[in-house]
Amino acid sequence: MTALEPHLPILQVLVPLFGALLTAFMRAGTRAWLLATVVAWASAAISVMLLVRVLGRSEPISYTMGNWAVPWGIEYRVDILNAFVLFFVTGIGAILMPYARRSVGSEILSHQQAWFYTMYLLCLTGLAGITVTGDAFNVFVFLEISSLSTYGLIALGQNRRALLASYQYLIVGTIGATFYVIGVGLLFLVTGSLNLHDIAGLLADAYIVYPRPVLTALAFLIAGISLKLALFPLHLWLPNAYAYAPSTAAAFLAGTATKVAVYLLIRILFSVFGLAIVVTSLPVEEVLILLSAAAMVIASISAIFETNAKRMLAYSSVAQLGYITLGIALANQSGLTGGIVHLFNHALTKTTLFVCLGAMAYHGCRMRFTDLAGIGRKMPFTSAAFVIAGLSIIGVPGTAGFISKWYLALGAIEAGYWPLVFLIVVSSLLAVIYIGRFVEVAYFRETSEAAAGAYEPPWSMLWPILVLAAATIYFGIDTRASAGIAAQATEYLLGGLR
Amino acid sequence: MSENLTLLFHYNYFVTIFLMVAGLYIVIARGNMIKKLVGLALFQSSVYLLYVSPGKIIGGTAPIIDEKFQVYSNPLPHVLILTAIVVGVATLAVGLALVVRIHEAYGTIEEDQIFDEEKGL
Repeated sequence: MTALEPHLPILQVLVPLFGALLTAFMRAGTRAWLLATVVAWASAAISVMLLVRVLGRSEPISYTMGNWAVPWGIEYRVDILNAFVLFFVTGIGAILMPYARRSVGSEILSHQQAWFYTMYLLCLTGLAGITVTGDAFNVFVFLEISSLSTYGLIALGQNRRALLASYQYLIVGTIGATFYVIGVGLLFLVTGSLNLHDIAGLLADAYIVYPRPVLTALAFLIAGISLKLALFPLHLWLPNAYAYAPSTAAAFLAGTATKVAVYLLIRILFSVFGLAIVVTSLPVEEVLILLSAAAMVIASISAIFETNAKRMLAYSSVAQLGYITLGIALANQSGLTGGIVHLFNHALTKTTLFVCLGAMAYHGCRMRFTDLAGIGRKMPFTSAAFVIAGLSIIGVPGTAGFISKWYLALGAIEAGYWPLVFLIVVSSLLAVIYIGRFVEVAYFRETSEAAAGAYEPPWSMLWPILVLAAATIYFGIDTRASAGIAAQATEYLLGGLR
Repeated sequence: MSENLTLLFHYNYFVTIFLMVAGLYIVIARGNMIKKLVGLALFQSSVYLLYVSPGKIIGGTAPIIDEKFQVYSNPLPHVLILTAIVVGVATLAVGLALVVRIHEAYGTIEEDQIFDEEKGL
């Protein structure tokens, strides 16, 4: 164990990568599931070990690939921010596995199940890779690994619209990733380096000599990443992708994929460019605040008018991502802490909501609200978990969502943007309407024909739901772990700038 | 005069930008899913040029250390783009596979017709 300890950053990527290769050779779904479960939990264990080690030291962990010296070779660099992101991404990847067996078993043909787990692990590889690496081009490769496997995961959905959703996401996702490479290419031209940490050091001088290419690079990077993170109005691929993907895949992607893209945006804005260039040269802050505010209100309104529960949650995701980018744009201690802690809280909450819907779909219930009528009486535990997570989306005190909104509101006041506090409240009230509609449908209406045959899912699916719902409450009360780490990460990000 | 020369020496960038914009335009303007993918591939190819062409130094040789040569071209962009080409091929393959499946499911690959059909559902 001690011999492997210095290699934890690379193991974070290699374990799921080779796990995916082995899974591809498994014919039977159950065997593939067993292997994927072991691999996913091993990845989560690695990320916990990394997080513990990073918290205990002031310097980031630097891992040089093949011992090549840093600006030349590829460096994996783990600081408090990406250790935290790795922790919840792999954590969600692991907690969904026990749930996946029954859910995937009911939704995907038996000869395709091994491929589902292969792509699930490849997606995990890509997401972990984007997070752990310190090399700009490496990020692109991992971005495409995760994206390509995501297209496959979505296309496995039962409805033929899943194919369309996957195709649309492929077009948009590829444009986003290519924009990212264009940005990296311009940075490479002016600095001669691909190491993110190294570029950060060289960029101040490069900006004086070549201001235009640096700003163009910034614009391309922000636009490209915004496509991947579904920043309003670049979110149109997201509702279909989440609505038609298999339940487990939707839950996994809703919790992790957009969050990792947000992490990349934070890394580029704060660690590479630094606030000095971002704030003084382009109106990045203003544009991000405007789009975030639009996302919080308009996407919430879209969610209210949606008749399909999964699509409603997808629009709600766009709105919640607006909160996160708002925190990033505020760029002060409370605001950015709110943004980072909401990465975690929203990942937890939205995964809970999607697994609940997946459990309702397990007995063949469709996702339209008219079909879900009376489901609260048929599936009391699952519906209760859904309501708890829904309260967290609204931001009721005592749930995780409240903590993030509290920090965001503080950040908005600190920055002197009073109207934003008002918008946060408005968006929360809109969330009351769309979550309230589920409650009304599920508990107070006559049981529909579709819901009449539904009952609680098997225990293997139920316990991950209950654990996730319990975690939503736990992180709303005890914030030492989540908000504490987010505050530390913010200090580290903002401290490096001054 | 010097302005004209700058334009002349930057013609590789003009080609790059032309391909980039043309590719992106095809993706946006065409309704045929195969044509969209062709545009996407063109768009990605322009980025290969963006990387590779500045790596060439006029008068420079292949980067093999030899006493006779002092000027070398930068090999790193080529290596990077080799990776990007592989990624591009994989993306195109997945995209085409999806179009085949869409054709099986809908009987057409024209977006207008597919969206018309979906509205009826």
